[in-house]
Amino acid sequence: MGMPMKIRAGLKDGVTEVKILMQHEMETGLRKDAEGKPIPAWFITDVLAQYKGKTVLDAQFGQSISKNPYLLFRFKGGAVGEKVNVSWVDNKGDKRSDDGVIA
Amino acid sequence: MNVEVNLDRRNALKAGGGLGLMALFGAVGLLSSKAALAEWNKTAFSAKTMDEALAAMGVSTAESNAIFIQLTVPEIAENGSIVPVSVTSTFPNVEQISIFVDKNPSVLAAQFNIPAGTESMVTTRVKMGQTANVVALIKADGKFYRTAKEVKVTAGGCGG
Repeated sequence: MGMPMKIRAGLKDGVTEVKILMQHEMETGLRKDAEGKPIPAWFITDVLAQYKGKTVLDAQFGQSISKNPYLLFRFKGGAVGEKVNVSWVDNKGDKRSDDGVIA
Repeated sequence: MNVEVNLDRRNALKAGGGLGLMALFGAVGLLSSKAALAEWNKTAFSAKTMDEALAAMGVSTAESNAIFIQLTVPEIAENGSIVPVSVTSTFPNVEQISIFVDKNPSVLAAQFNIPAGTESMVTTRVKMGQTANVVALIKADGKFYRTAKEVKVTAGGCGG
């Protein structure tokens, strides 16, 4: 089970802006530890954002995304008090799903 | 990748009986929300050059266009481990936005599928090992367009 995400969603002029901060190491697989052993790749591969069961963003990540990935996007619609659900899966099969309430 | 999946399916079916089928339906149920979406493109995300990545994404030509694609990156990144990248496109019917770093060991950083109703804009942060071009690729109405900007990196983000 991954660490919780921070999700901020705000409605303005009929458009919902979503900011997501995920907590993940995003290891490239190219670094070595203090003993010179390679650190295995460990990174988020898929992110899915949904509003009322409808996909509002579908992202795929590679090793070049920074540690603790940040995303900002906007979709038309949304209503104050409703939830935006964000879920991710990493290359080891770990998952996380969190909700952000639209303000 | 597809071959493996098909073999797994076949084996699940071969296992036969209610259990195998139930396991299969169970898996389908869990993944249904994701099943309709694109599978993680391992070949593209493992690509070491822009040409390899574009080929793996099925891009034969991508017209350069800096007017309908706004790529916002810092000119100089003091810390290559966190480089903010923002891509906005004013093309109609944008289906996909992809971000590349042309000198990273794996050039494709992220690919965003933009459903109808979602604005053709995304902001994220990428790692950069050295001074390189950040490339934004847009798919709109089935055609590909690209633009690039150089980011000077003073301390790499892939050290260790």
